[in-house]
Amino acid sequence: VPAGIVGGGRVGGGNDFQWCFSQVKGAIDEDVAEADIISTVEFNCSGELLATGDKGGRVVIFQREQESKNRLLSRGEYNVYSTFQSHEPEFDYLKSLEIEEKINKIRWLPQQNAAHFLLSANDKTIKLWKISERDKRAEGYNLKDEDGRLRDQFRITTLRVPVLMPMDLMVEASPRRIFANAHTYHINSISVNSDYETYLSADDLRINLWHLEITDRSFNIVDIKPANMEELTEVITAAECHPHQCNVFVYSSSKGTIRLCDMRAAALCDRHSKFFEEPEDPSSRSFFSEIISSISDVKFSHSGRYMMTRDYLSVKVWDLNMENRPVETYQVHEYLRSKLCSLYENDCIFDKFECCWNGSDSAIMTGSYNNFFRMFDRNTRRDITLEASRENSKPRAMLKPRKVCTGGKRKKDEISVDSLDFNKKILHTAWHPKENVIAVAATNNLYIFQDKIN
Amino acid sequence: MFSKGTKRKFSDGGEEISDESLLGARVASSYSLQRQSLLDMSLIKLQLCHMLVEPNLCRSVLIANTVRQIQEEMTHDGSWHMVTEAFCSAGQSPSERLVATEVLCRSREQDAEPKLFSVISYEGCCEEEVVADETLCSVSVSDTVSNVCLAGRMGQCWEKSELSGIERDEEALEDSRLGSGEEEEIDTEDGASTESPKTIGQVFGTFEIKNGSPGPDSALEELFSDVDTSYYDLDTMLTGMQSAPKMGPYDLLDSLAPSHSSPSIVSTPNCRSDLNELDHIMEIIVGS
Repeated sequence: VPAGIVGGGRVGGGNDFQWCFSQVKGAIDEDVAEADIISTVEFNCSGELLATGDKGGRVVIFQREQESKNRLLSRGEYNVYSTFQSHEPEFDYLKSLEIEEKINKIRWLPQQNAAHFLLSANDKTIKLWKISERDKRAEGYNLKDEDGRLRDQFRITTLRVPVLMPMDLMVEASPRRIFANAHTYHINSISVNSDYETYLSADDLRINLWHLEITDRSFNIVDIKPANMEELTEVITAAECHPHQCNVFVYSSSKGTIRLCDMRAAALCDRHSKFFEEPEDPSSRSFFSEIISSISDVKFSHSGRYMMTRDYLSVKVWDLNMENRPVETYQVHEYLRSKLCSLYENDCIFDKFECCWNGSDSAIMTGSYNNFFRMFDRNTRRDITLEASRENSKPRAMLKPRKVCTGGKRKKDEISVDSLDFNKKILHTAWHPKENVIAVAATNNLYIFQDKIN
Repeated sequence: MFSKGTKRKFSDGGEEISDESLLGARVASSYSLQRQSLLDMSLIKLQLCHMLVEPNLCRSVLIANTVRQIQEEMTHDGSWHMVTEAFCSAGQSPSERLVATEVLCRSREQDAEPKLFSVISYEGCCEEEVVADETLCSVSVSDTVSNVCLAGRMGQCWEKSELSGIERDEEALEDSRLGSGEEEEIDTEDGASTESPKTIGQVFGTFEIKNGSPGPDSALEELFSDVDTSYYDLDTMLTGMQSAPKMGPYDLLDSLAPSHSSPSIVSTPNCRSDLNELDHIMEIIVGS
C-alpha cells in the first residue's frame, strides 16, 4: 500500500524524530488472559529478531521481513518467526511452593552461526534455547518411503543417493541447556558476558556466574544473605555485565545503591570496587523515600562509559567514574509523588519499570502508567510522553505527545492525574540496537513504533 | 477556632491555648493517626504476603523497613507507649497477653538489645507503664533497632523460601503452642484466602487496637472520635507535600474501594480480593 507523505507535523521530543505507529501484536479483547501478559521484551544483537516472554511461560519471536525496494516509506515489519513453551509451572514439593512459569528475562546470545541462541529465565531456572531453520530435507532414501515406512525389500532394485530438496521453512526451537537448582530466591536478572562464554544470574540475595556449556554447577559471586534473616533490610534488584569488560558487573539494591564489582579482585565479590549512591534530599524525606529509591532496573550504555538506573519516579544516568551522584536525572512521573500513599496501598509503588538506551546512547526510554511511555534526549534535554493505545494504531499514524495535568485548569488533550489508569502499566520496553524502532509491551499487547522516513 | 467574645479555657498548667498551638495539636494528632493507619496497612500487607505461596522478598523487605521507620519515629515522640496502654485497657485477659508475649519473644533468645515490644508483659497495668518508660528511654536509635514482633513475623515470611520440609514441621509445632489461632494461619498459608478475625487478632499481637471487646472506653477510641480519615489527606501528609493542591472530586484512594466501579482504576483480580480482605481487616481493627 503506497503511503502518502504526511506533511508538517511537530518535531518529536526524542532525537527530532516523529514516532509513528507500525504494528501491534496481541489480542484486542478487553478481557486479558493472565497468561498472555508480556513479561519481557528483547531485540537480538542485530535487531532482526524480537523476542517476548509472557506470564504463561511462552516465548514468541518475531522476525523482521526483508526490506523491499517497493516499500520505501516503511521499514520491514515484524512477523511471528517462532513460538514455543519455554517454562512450565512447577511445584516444589519440599517447600510446598508453586514455581511460576512466568518468563522474567530473555537475553540473546551473539549470533555465531546460522542458528540463534537465547537464554530465558523464570523464577528458578534458566534455559538456553536454540532456534534454527530447516528449509531442506533429504528425499530418495533407499530403505524407506517418503512417509518413513520401510520399503519392501523385494522392491528395491537400484541404489540411489538421497537428494536435498527444498521444503517449507520450519523454525525449530530446542532447549540445549537447562541451568537449574542454583537459586533459592527469585531470579530477577540474567546477563550475558562479553566473553560470550559465561553469563550471570541474579536473585534477591545472590548472584551466580555460569558457563554456557556447564549446567551442573555455577559460581556464587555475590551473596548478601545475612546469617540471621531477620536482619535482612536490603535485596538485590538487578544485575548486569559490563558490555566490554568481562570482569566487571554491577548490581543494584532495594535501597537505591549500585555496586560495581571486579571479578579479578576476589572469587566472592562481596566487597565492591565502586559504590554508587546519591545522597538523599532531606527536604523530601517521607515514609516512602526508601521504597521509591529502590532500583528496578540497571543498564549499561552501549559505550560502557555510563549506566542508567530506574527507580520509581525517575531515571538516572551515572558516569562510572563518579560514584557520589548521577550525571543526569530525568523525572518520569513526578506528579505521582503526592499520591505515594495510595500507590502504596494498591501496591503500584512496587511496580518494577525497566529502562533502555537507544543504539547511540543519545536517548533513553522508560514506561509509566496509563500506557504512557517516556523518552528523553540526553543531548537536547527534551522529553516526550507517548501512549501505546489501539486508538492511535492506524498504519504509520504519527504519535501525538501526551501530557499529564498536575493541577489547576486542565487543558484540552491533557489528562489529569486522577484519571490515569494504573492497571495499564508499561514495564517493558526495548529499543532496536541500530535503528529507531522500539517495542513497547502494554499488558498483553506488543506495540512496535518506528520513526518517520521523510 | 474561637469567635470574638468567647471565653477561652485554661489548661491545667495555666497556659493559654493559642489558635496556632491548637491547630498544631490537631495537625499533630491527625498526623499520628495517619501514621498509625500506615503502620496498620503495612502490617496487613506483611500478613497477606505471609499467605501467598511465595512472597515477593523485595516487597516484603521494603514494607518491613517502612514499618520499622514508623515504629522508630513513634518511639521517639513517645506515642508508642500509648499503643501499649491501649492493650492494658482493652480488657485482655492475662492468658491472651501471654500469647502476645510469646509471639514477640519467639526468636530473640540471644539478643541483648532492648526490646521495644517487651513492654507487653503479663504482669499488670501499672508495671507495664513503668517498664514502657524504661524501655523507651533506653532504646538506641539505629537502623538495626531490634524489632521483636515484626522480626518474628518477617523472619517467618522470608524464611519461607528456605524452609525444608522438616523445618516447616518444627515451626508448625512451635506455632501450635501459641494457640489455635496460629494453626489456622499455617493452614491458610497453603492457599486458602480467607482468615478468621481471631487469627488476625493473635498474629497482630501488639498492633490490635480493639481486641474484640465492644467497650467504647479505650483510650484510642477517643483519638479516633473526631478525625477525618479521608485518605487523600494521608497522601499529602505522609509524603511531605503539605502544599499539594487538593484534587477534584475524584479521589484516587476512593476509587480503590471495591464498591466503586470507576473505569479508570480497575483492580486486578488479586488486587480486588486483597482489598476486600483489607476492608474486612480494617473493620475489625477499627471496630467500626
